[in-house]
Amino acid sequence: MSESNSSQPLLTLSKVNKSFGAVHVLQNVDFSVRPGRVTALVGDNGAGKSTLIKGLAGIHSFESGTYTYEGTPVHVTDPKQANALGIEVVYQDLALCDNLDVVHNMFLGRELTKGMGLDEAEMEKRATTTLSGLSVRTLKSVRQNVASLSGGQRQTVAIARAVLWNSKLVILDEPTAALGVAQTDQVLKLVRRLADNGLAVILISHNMNDVFQVADDIACLYLGQMAAQVDAHEVNHGQVVELITAGRSGDLGLPDPSTTGAVA
Amino acid sequence: MSTVTTAPDQLPETEAQGLGQAWRDYVGRVRGGELGALPSVLALISLVVIFTALEGSTFFSAFNFANLITQSATIVVLAMGLIYVLLLGEIDLSAGFAAGTAAAVLAVTLTQRGWSLPLSLAATIITGVLIGLFIGLIVAKLGIPSFVVTLAMFLALQGLMLIIIGEGGTIPIRDDTVRALMNSNMTPVAGWILFGVVVLGYGFTTYRAMSVRRKSGLVTQSAQVWLIKLVLLAGMLGTAVFILNQERSRNPNLTSIQGVPYVVIVILVLLVVLTYNLTRTSFGRHVYATGGNAEAARRAGISVARIKIYCFIACSSLAAVAGILFASKDQSVSPSTGGSTTLLYAVGAAVIGGTSLFGGRGRIRDAILGGLVVAVIGNGLPLITDASGIQFIVTGLVLLIAASVDALSRRRAIASGRL
Repeated sequence: MSESNSSQPLLTLSKVNKSFGAVHVLQNVDFSVRPGRVTALVGDNGAGKSTLIKGLAGIHSFESGTYTYEGTPVHVTDPKQANALGIEVVYQDLALCDNLDVVHNMFLGRELTKGMGLDEAEMEKRATTTLSGLSVRTLKSVRQNVASLSGGQRQTVAIARAVLWNSKLVILDEPTAALGVAQTDQVLKLVRRLADNGLAVILISHNMNDVFQVADDIACLYLGQMAAQVDAHEVNHGQVVELITAGRSGDLGLPDPSTTGAVA
Repeated sequence: MSTVTTAPDQLPETEAQGLGQAWRDYVGRVRGGELGALPSVLALISLVVIFTALEGSTFFSAFNFANLITQSATIVVLAMGLIYVLLLGEIDLSAGFAAGTAAAVLAVTLTQRGWSLPLSLAATIITGVLIGLFIGLIVAKLGIPSFVVTLAMFLALQGLMLIIIGEGGTIPIRDDTVRALMNSNMTPVAGWILFGVVVLGYGFTTYRAMSVRRKSGLVTQSAQVWLIKLVLLAGMLGTAVFILNQERSRNPNLTSIQGVPYVVIVILVLLVVLTYNLTRTSFGRHVYATGGNAEAARRAGISVARIKIYCFIACSSLAAVAGILFASKDQSVSPSTGGSTTLLYAVGAAVIGGTSLFGGRGRIRDAILGGLVVAVIGNGLPLITDASGIQFIVTGLVLLIAASVDALSRRRAIASGRL
């Protein structure tokens, strides 16, 4: 594991395990995320990326291993607990309400109130501030319905919603999967800006171009095991692809079963 | 991969939006499929014009105008309740008989058991709450489609109503307060005071909202637009109060009938309270969110089941209020109260007013606009033709047109990305 950055990890997983019935989805996975850095989580379908993320976000908890957050061991068992720690997840299908406007979506479920009613002015102000803090200039109005936004703009709103709550860790699940070239670029720049603002970012992606464009660290899962977590500048495209498909690349990755003599 | 933004820098400006901008925004919304009140207002105007042209002297009279209000009141209140359920994309087919059952409770407790009026009214509303709670629990917790659950309730409540009313069929309502609701009018002066309260209240709250936004440095409509809206409202309401304050008794020397019907107060209070509830509270926001994208609402930490239960309670409770109005209007309660076409007209009113059957779109005021359209048809057609068959067909057609407008505007909205 690379130690090029001296900052303390925000979150560290050590030897976590998770199975669904007989399927051992995560096996002794080590993983760490640092503030101010984009950590790409890569791996083939079924490698356990989603399970790892859901464990971090408290959707289901790990069976064994330690989950350390800001230096203290935590046991996150439901999503609200993760939110309280400052962990926000932006799901692939965004989970926005088309019939509500940008402000309503950003504050959905956590509306600010004044007296009995909603504090619309304050919510609109904070939404605008957050969006401009992320240098988002593509939205015509924060009072337009989300249905009228393009894919990139919707992604922007979803990400802005995640950072609205002074969150420390933002987890992005394939944020560019459905986007065109220009919009992908727009979203990746936004991802970079999140990290530059001091947040820790986990980016799940299948797209190696995206990964190398924004990631500082690359963590690669292979069949439920952490093949390697490396500094993005120390590996090349080919090595990462090998890590994804074979679990190892040269002296990186999992030990080769043929040389270590491991017999199943 | 170098361009970040293709759209120009257009973060909201803080300057007020002028009249021209407001008009352009409105036209843009309508073209994009957000029709709002437009179809129902157009329908209302064209129906009034048609009936006035064909049978002007009878249709366009003060007497008939007052009739329209009391004829639409029950439908409007039922439709207001249904809007809560329709916003979720659900339906309540039992609302008509929930109104009937609640009315039966009112009649039995008030007339037969001799309870005091407040106690009896409370029992009536609680009946509605319990019916809604029951439906809501089954729909939300067991996940049975509301269509089936409320269809079952449609039958069961008819039976419950028969049992409550018991042998004898019709129970008269003798309480003067209840009878006054739908049958008596305010004095002309009280009517003008009500007018003043409404116009000033609207002007004050909208102006305050505007100044709060301006203070926060947000885009506001210009004072010009605000003033025009206020004058339009005052003009419409003023005309209505003026007409209602005319003497409409056939024999003024015998009895004088003039003034705004008391039920208008009930409708106005419900309009304000429910509109506030749906648009200015977290609960209301969650109702729209659940109707728009239940999964997104769930992930945002909203208890979708709780929202559903509350909406069914709101629907049946408002049906109970409508039941009180039925009892007042007929001055009695019978097993047919709330039956027949009542529910269909109420659903029709909500949809004609602009509430979507697909969920997520609708406002409380839709109930009033749609209820008036339904009442105008029911009131105007008999003046032209005696054939009740024609009336059913016309009402059915109007509902069909309204549902088509809903579906087409939705398709247009999706195409233009507005939903």
